[in-house]
Amino acid sequence: MTGCLNDLQALQLRRLLEGGLPLAARPYQRLAEQIGSVEERVLEQIQRWQEEGLFRRVGLVLKHRALGFRANAMLVMDIPDAQVEEVGRRLGQAAGVNLCYQRPRRLPHWPYNLFCMVHGREREQVCQLIGRLLADNGLSNVPHQLLFSTRAFKQCGGRFAPPLVETANG
Amino acid sequence: MHIDALSRRLIDRYQHGMPLCAEPYRAMAEELGCSEDEVLACLGQLQEGGGLSRIGPVFEHSRAGASTLVALAVPEARLEQVAARINGFPEVNHNYLREHRYNLWFVLTGPDRPHIDRLLAEIEADTGLTPLDLPMLHAFRIDLGFPLGDPS
Repeated sequence: MTGCLNDLQALQLRRLLEGGLPLAARPYQRLAEQIGSVEERVLEQIQRWQEEGLFRRVGLVLKHRALGFRANAMLVMDIPDAQVEEVGRRLGQAAGVNLCYQRPRRLPHWPYNLFCMVHGREREQVCQLIGRLLADNGLSNVPHQLLFSTRAFKQCGGRFAPPLVETANG
Repeated sequence: MHIDALSRRLIDRYQHGMPLCAEPYRAMAEELGCSEDEVLACLGQLQEGGGLSRIGPVFEHSRAGASTLVALAVPEARLEQVAARINGFPEVNHNYLREHRYNLWFVLTGPDRPHIDRLLAEIEADTGLTPLDLPMLHAFRIDLGFPLGDPS
């Protein structure tokens, strides 16, 4: 029987997890030592967070560019509001689409409301895939643009946990 | 970077999920039929080679805090300076150059939406560029994994 982490320990653990697990035989024990707790409580807390849906997944987080997926395109489309959910659901299930999100338009600067990310090894292959994707879904005539990324300035995980100092003061 | 057979198997098997237990690398080794030391060495090499960002949770944005996708239209001559300034924020990740008038694209994350609003205001004041603020309204697919496939 073990107790829970206190609020400060839980926050510290979240910050440590955002940086990634240590490459050590007992990674959770290492984390536990850093927050003044024990391995079992840390594992219980992480299990609870997973059940609560705080994580999308827990696993290896990759950098696609370094792994040879250098052709990375963001397909943006202007889909009528009444159809965006249906189109989004269909594109989200299509092979080769890694991410599919609805986002707000920002008129007049930005008319696009549906975003798909497609990663591939070669630009030509990604263009063909997207051409087929649009054609197969009857979308060839909707306003759209293809934004390839040409350089990654930064690629790391999100930092959601508030700074510890704010908590200490609050 | 060179990706050997064990790296390929580790990536394909564990990018979507991994064992949650006291000795996860030993559990992976048992599943893949190799030693824990081999798993640790392989993951260490992937990390050093830049192919592995980290091991652990990817947080659900809507549960973990607030986030938004931001785009800036940066004049070519100011690109390096503005990109470096944006990289300087710990709340920024995935900062990319893209082929468009809006050429700098990055994700802002923070504990709540007011935090994001302060950052957006700070970025605008700092750079003189008005950011496009494009928060996610609906996720139809959020899987970031991709298959390495067969070695070619």
